Amino acid sequence: MNWVAWKMLTGDRTKYLGTVFGVAFGVLLISQQTSIFVGLMRRTAHAAIDVRDAQVWVMDPYQQNADEIKPLSETDLNRVRGVEGVEWAVRYFKSLARAKIETGSFRQVFLIGLDDHSLIGAPVKMIDGSLANLRRPDAIIVDKAGYEYLWGQEPIRLGRTLEMNDRRAVLVGICEATAPFQTFPIIYTRYSQAIQFVAGERKVMSFVLAHPQPGVTPKDLSTRIAERTNLMTKTRTEFIWFIIGYYMRNTGIPVNFGITIALGFIVGTAIAGQTFYLFTLENLKQFGALKAMGLSDLRLTLMVLLQATVVGLIGYGLGIGMTALFFEATSNVTALAGFYLPWQVAAGAAVSVSLIIVLASFLSLRKVLLLEPAVVFRG
Amino acid sequence: MIAPFHNNDSQVNASAIVGNTASLAAGREVAIACRGIIKDFGDGNTKVRALHGIEVDVYASELTLLVGPSGCGKTTLISIIAGLLNPTAGDLDLFGVKQSQLRGPKLVEFRALSVGFIFQQYNLLPALTATENVAVPLLIQGWKRPAAMKAALSALEAVDLGSRAEQRPNQLSGGQQQRVAIARALVHQPRLLVCDEPTAALDAVSGQRVMELLKKVAVQPGRAVIVVTHDDRVFGYGDRIISMADGRIESVENSKSK
Repeated sequence: MNWVAWKMLTGDRTKYLGTVFGVAFGVLLISQQTSIFVGLMRRTAHAAIDVRDAQVWVMDPYQQNADEIKPLSETDLNRVRGVEGVEWAVRYFKSLARAKIETGSFRQVFLIGLDDHSLIGAPVKMIDGSLANLRRPDAIIVDKAGYEYLWGQEPIRLGRTLEMNDRRAVLVGICEATAPFQTFPIIYTRYSQAIQFVAGERKVMSFVLAHPQPGVTPKDLSTRIAERTNLMTKTRTEFIWFIIGYYMRNTGIPVNFGITIALGFIVGTAIAGQTFYLFTLENLKQFGALKAMGLSDLRLTLMVLLQATVVGLIGYGLGIGMTALFFEATSNVTALAGFYLPWQVAAGAAVSVSLIIVLASFLSLRKVLLLEPAVVFRG
Repeated sequence: MIAPFHNNDSQVNASAIVGNTASLAAGREVAIACRGIIKDFGDGNTKVRALHGIEVDVYASELTLLVGPSGCGKTTLISIIAGLLNPTAGDLDLFGVKQSQLRGPKLVEFRALSVGFIFQQYNLLPALTATENVAVPLLIQGWKRPAAMKAALSALEAVDLGSRAEQRPNQLSGGQQQRVAIARALVHQPRLLVCDEPTAALDAVSGQRVMELLKKVAVQPGRAVIVVTHDDRVFGYGDRIISMADGRIESVENSKSK
C-alpha cells in the first residue's frame, strides 16, 4: 500500500508541490536565519576564534567581553609565567584604533598586537605577503575584508601606507580572518608596534595568552592561574562562549532572531500542516473507502506517515539546498563574509522539519483514525 | 416480474441453524442472518433508534435489493451487515460466523477478505489508473503489485474495460467508473457484495448496464449480493426485494422466477 500512498500524494501535483514548498519555505527560514544568527555570534568572538595557538586567556577579573578591556600590567604577565604548568605565556594587545589612508578617509579598526618574538595569535592563512614580514619596521597585515573597507575594490597592492596615531604603517600582507561583529578592518602588527599606534596609557596589555605544558589540560591550567593570580582566566572555548554569552544577554539579537526562527517554524508548520491536512481532508472519502475495504488503522497510519515523510524529506532537501545556495551565492560579498550553513543548523532544521511533519501528520491522522468507515455510504 | 412475499421472512428462517457453515433455509443457502438487530445513535435525550429489531435473511447466489425511503435505515443495515458498524443489540450471522466474534482486527480482516463494496459515488482513487484502482483490494490483502495488477486487468476485461485500463477516473464516464468499481469490488472474489445506490449517479441507460453487469458477473454461487437502491427502474434485476420503512422490515418479496 506504500505505492498507493505515494500515488495518492503525487497524484495532485499542485497540492503536492504546495505541501513540499511549504516545508521547504519553513526549512529555508529556519536554517537561513539560524545560520546568520550563529554567524553573527561567531563574529562577536572573532578574536578568540582566530587565536588558535594559545589555550588559555588571562584578563582582568571584571572584564565582561573581548572589546571592553581593562589592561593588565607587565607584572601580571610575569605572575602568569610563574604558575606551574605554564609552557609559555605572551602578551596580546587588542584595541580600537583609527586608521587614515592616503586619500584622507579613515576607518575605525581593530588593532591586534602580537608578541614580538613568537607572533602568537597571528593569522593562520595569508592571502598575500608573508607573516615573517610583520617583523619589519611599521609593518601591518590587514584582513581581506578590511582591505576592501579601507581601499574599496582596488587590487591588492602591498607596500601601501596608512596612518594610526600619526604614525606610518606599511601594509606587508593580506590575511584571512574571522569577520568581526562591527565589520571593522582587522590590523595585525607586533605588540611593540601596536602600542605606538594608539594613544598611550600606563598599562596597555589587553590579555595574556598562555599555553599548558604537556600533560596539563587547558582547564587545569586556567584554574591554576586564576587561583595564583586572582585574574580572570578562560580556556579558548570558554572565552568564545563568554563573549557570545555577553551579546546574548545584553543585546536584542537573540530575541529578534529567535522570533524570526520561531516564525519560520510556525509558518512552515502552518503551511505544511494546513496543506497536508487539507490534502487528507480532501482524500477522507478515499481513506474511508480504503478502511471499508479492510485496510487497518495501522496501515493507514503508515500510509499517512509515509506521505508526510516523503513531503518532509523533499521539502527539507529543497529548503536546506536553498539555504546552502544563498550562502554560496553570497560567499564573496564582504559584508556577509563568515556566514555559512553549519552542520549543526542543518541537523537542527532536520529536527524542526520532523516536528513540523509530526504535527501535520498528527492533525491529519486524527481525522483519518476517527473516521468511521461507514461514512462511505453517506452520499 | 416480482411476486409479493407477504410472510414474515424471519419466521420462515427462524429454524435456520446458525453454525460454522452457512445455514440452509427452504433449499437456499442463508448467507446472512439478522436476528433482532437494533441500532441506536446518540445518547440520552438525543438517542435515535435507526433499526428496530431487524429480522431478515439474505441468501447466497442471489441479488437482493434493499429498498425504502430515505432515512428508513437501509444504509445503517448494510453498514452493519458489511461490518462497518456494530449493532447496539441483536445477532448477526455472516456465512456461519457470529459477527460478535469478529471484533477489531478480525472484523477488518473479514471485510478485506469477504466483502466487496460498490459505492454511489464510486470512491475510486483519482490518482490511480483504472487497473491500479481495481488492484487495491488485492494490495490490501498483501498481494505483490505485479500479481495484483495482472488480476486487476483480468477483472477489468470482465467488465469490458480492458481498453481503458490506463485511464484515470476523471477520464472515464460515470458508467465506466461504476464498472471499474464493480471490477474492484469483485477482484478478490468476496462472498458478500454490498452495493450502495450503484445507479443513483447514472443516467437510465448506464444504470441498466451496470445492473445487467452486476447480475451477470456478481451473482455467483455462494456469493450474496445486496443492492441498496431508490431506483425503481432496477427493481426487475433483484431476486428478492426487502422493503424497509422507519427502521423496520416492511415486506420481503421474491421475484416471480424464484
